[in-house]
Amino acid sequence: MRRFVADLSRKLTPERRKNLVTCVLQHRTCSLFSSFQSQSSVVIPIRFLNTASVDPSMASDYSGSPVTLDTINIKVLNCEYAVRGEIVTLAQKLEQELKENPGSRSFDEILYCNIGNPQSLGQQPITFFREVLALCDHPTILDRAETQGLFSADSIERAFQILDQIPGRATGAYSHSQGIKGLRDTIASGIEARDGYPADPNDIFLTDGASPAVHMMMQLLIRSEKDGILCPIPQYPLYSASITLHGGTLVPYYLDEATGWGLEISELKNQLEAAKSKGISIRALVVINPGNPTGQVLSESNQKEIVEFCKKEKLVLLADEVYQENIYVPDKQFHSFKKVSRTMGYGEKDISLVSFQSVSKGYHGECGKRGGYMEVTGFSPDIREQIYKVASVNLCSNISGQILASLVMSPPKVGDESYESYFAEKDAILSSLAKRAKTLEAALNSLEGVTCNRAEGAMYLFPRIELPKKAIEAAKSANKAPDAFYAARLLDATGIVVVPGSGFRQVPGTWHFRCTILPQEDRIPAIVTRLTEFHKGFMDEFRD
Amino acid sequence: MATVGVWLDVAMASEAAARLVVSASAGWMAAGDLQLQETVKIIFTNVGNPHALGQKPLTFPRQVVALCQAPFLLDDPNVELVFPADAIARAKHYLSLTSGGLGAYSDAHGIPGIRKEVSEFIERRDGYPSDPEHIFLTGGASIGVMQILNCIIRGELDGILVPVPQYPLYSATISLLGGSLVPYYLEETANWGLDIVNLRQSVAQARSQGITVRAMVIINPGNPTGQCLSEANLKEVLQFCYQNNLVLLGDEVYQQNIYQDERPFISARKVLMDMGGNISKELQLVSFHTVSKGYWGECGQRGGYFEMTNIPPKTAEEIYKVTCTSHSPNVPGQIFLGLMVNPPKPGDISYERFVRESKGILESLRRRAQIVTDGFNSCRNVICNFTEGAMYSFPQIRLPPKAIEAAKNAGKVPDVFYCLKLLEATGISTVPGSGFGQKEGVFHLRTTILPAEEDMPAIMASFKKFNDDFMKQYEDYGGYLRM
Repeated sequence: MRRFVADLSRKLTPERRKNLVTCVLQHRTCSLFSSFQSQSSVVIPIRFLNTASVDPSMASDYSGSPVTLDTINIKVLNCEYAVRGEIVTLAQKLEQELKENPGSRSFDEILYCNIGNPQSLGQQPITFFREVLALCDHPTILDRAETQGLFSADSIERAFQILDQIPGRATGAYSHSQGIKGLRDTIASGIEARDGYPADPNDIFLTDGASPAVHMMMQLLIRSEKDGILCPIPQYPLYSASITLHGGTLVPYYLDEATGWGLEISELKNQLEAAKSKGISIRALVVINPGNPTGQVLSESNQKEIVEFCKKEKLVLLADEVYQENIYVPDKQFHSFKKVSRTMGYGEKDISLVSFQSVSKGYHGECGKRGGYMEVTGFSPDIREQIYKVASVNLCSNISGQILASLVMSPPKVGDESYESYFAEKDAILSSLAKRAKTLEAALNSLEGVTCNRAEGAMYLFPRIELPKKAIEAAKSANKAPDAFYAARLLDATGIVVVPGSGFRQVPGTWHFRCTILPQEDRIPAIVTRLTEFHKGFMDEFRD
Repeated sequence: MATVGVWLDVAMASEAAARLVVSASAGWMAAGDLQLQETVKIIFTNVGNPHALGQKPLTFPRQVVALCQAPFLLDDPNVELVFPADAIARAKHYLSLTSGGLGAYSDAHGIPGIRKEVSEFIERRDGYPSDPEHIFLTGGASIGVMQILNCIIRGELDGILVPVPQYPLYSATISLLGGSLVPYYLEETANWGLDIVNLRQSVAQARSQGITVRAMVIINPGNPTGQCLSEANLKEVLQFCYQNNLVLLGDEVYQQNIYQDERPFISARKVLMDMGGNISKELQLVSFHTVSKGYWGECGQRGGYFEMTNIPPKTAEEIYKVTCTSHSPNVPGQIFLGLMVNPPKPGDISYERFVRESKGILESLRRRAQIVTDGFNSCRNVICNFTEGAMYSFPQIRLPPKAIEAAKNAGKVPDVFYCLKLLEATGISTVPGSGFGQKEGVFHLRTTILPAEEDMPAIMASFKKFNDDFMKQYEDYGGYLRM
């Protein structure tokens, strides 16, 4: 270490040395510093204390800086987020390459199937929602006659209604930190209409998409690494990332691929007991329904077991229900955990339940708006105040997103002028998604060594690939997880971006990838062809 | 668990007819603490939320964003009846920068084309080039502050130097992240100046407690204190940070809000670059800006950015990774930011209107700053520095001993007691100084200068009357207790 410091000080300019001397002089009176001096014969300026543990070979121009990889919050360093990981960086490079050198590849564009971002792949927004948002953004045109030529009558009416719910009609003002009260009223009515059980607008916290709400709950629940959160494996990496950032422990429970990613209560119990025996206290259970990346829709009876389990074990149930509108099979239906628990006769005092909803998913897919909410039930008023307090540090979520969240929970009704066009747009998107899911699932299942459960809901397929030993070895020598190796090869050969299963975690020794069903329908045949050809070539190359 | 201070929330106040939520030191106060007469109209001067107090949004940006929300309008032959041609052109421009319009996630640190516009703005402002890759767009400046502090704070032995009085975002975030707030006091008698000797003492004291001071926050123009830092002062701060190996966090969200001519806004980055030499290549600086302040006041849009100077690329990658877990800042907010850094130019159809509107707001704010300062200084036992910038006035209230005693008997911090009485009597809602931190035994309140200009004289008169009565009551030693 001493050599390192000496090396660094040799690099200093005279001016810097002078500064450092001044610094030393200034702090000679400081007790911490003098104790440091007595421990070391070298006068180490404070500037270098932070980097003292750096491997000398890593010393760069930044090594003396206050924030380096060495001195960054370790939780940040430990956090992993695969959806935008290495493969995406590679994809962006390829995209640049194609731009500068068109025709340099056998494909002419990158197809981002890594992320549930429908409008980036050409899905059109729902007209009615956008009309209302535009009018709320620019309310001075509401009274003008010409406006009626541009906008539907009910969108104008709805914009008026919404503006009347906003204090001072000010869409440019910070709102209540939970979100505009009138919009929360609308959302509560929407939940009530969905579930058949009352919802309280004061239970609703509007957030910039569902992710900040998840972070907020993790912040509230996690006190230290001794606090565990039960998460499904495979899981959406937001959960692992957020738990790491907040310094908690992810306690995995495995979904059973053989039974269509079924959730077994016995598995929950085993994992809970195992964690307890390691001194971890389990605070909450995360359930993603419909599943991400696994696409399964939970049955009501399964949900009842889950509610019972949480009640018995005194766990907060964190219900990620952002895909509630995305159901593609007639034999499955979405039931909210709130409805299920109320059906069982469990009320406010019986179970702590947080339900997350987002404008980014569903048929609308308005990811860029960052709108969402959580409905928080079964918490004492003191805890609710704490949630409110944390929410208010960031003042409020964006108003446009808040308005959209209320629209999504109260779309046009039969008889409204926009109802028919709204319904047609929604139906076209959802039925097309169902078709795409089916086509892709069939294509994947026809590949050698690939099995794929159906996407009953959500936006993803999560096929399992039996990789030949040779491929696994090749991956090892490339220093990659086998499924990351496969995904990188797929990208390189076809321009299709998927997320390796290792980013979601999986049963050890099994390999998967996640692929969205979001490319527009007319593109699907080409994707299937490219995928099939690639896979065949890959297997030919590595078959044992 | 650490307690977090949170300031008064506007809408909550409107619901509960004013409920004060002040800092941890003052605790929470329930609505029941107040006996408001129904006739009293609440005047919210507690939050820098201009549109809530009637400030009208600038027309041009609203037109552009409305068109981006409803891109199908762009093909409608009637669109020009409602929207000017340059707004239509600009909407097309921004839509072309997105990857799928307002409904698609952008890159986690913002749309590249808008980051470029921000970098061009910074270059014009400072006279030094700025790299779009070092700019992260955020959902308001607060999110940016949280992201950066999250990277810096490892545990309770990591300290962050924060000015006192301070904007409670800093204390709240530092508590939530489990770090230590190391206060440095601004000198009220020197117009809230930043004294380097005070800084050194603060750092020395923190170190003696085993705390590693890692970063320093400056708020320029000041919140709640309204002072503008001079170039010489900024130089000293930069040198101090360099000598002490601190990251400087420059909260510069009020850079458009300047109400005097002696000290125009100068960014910490410009001063740093002007200094040249190693410091300009090594000192780590993160600067924050937002669409919520200035003459824009678009608080509800949650648009902002931070620019990193001399942050190692690997560290920036880590920051990027964390931003990915919240996907991307909201796209309409990003477009507002693009419009703020790239407003209409001379010759554009909307230019004149834009200038008229923005000038109108700024000039009125300047007059209001003067009305408020003069108003406070005309009151008994109130002294107030001039609001050189930002949106606030932070007068000191010299509370008589009897008032302090009465507050104690009522179980309240003295300035909370005063602010509650003020609210009850006049409907003017302010934030007690204890919410921002202040020297022991000194009391303040923060008010915005945002109520409509025509209402200002009446508000100040109403305050004066209240204050006169209050002082009369509590300075009257021979009188009876009217509690």
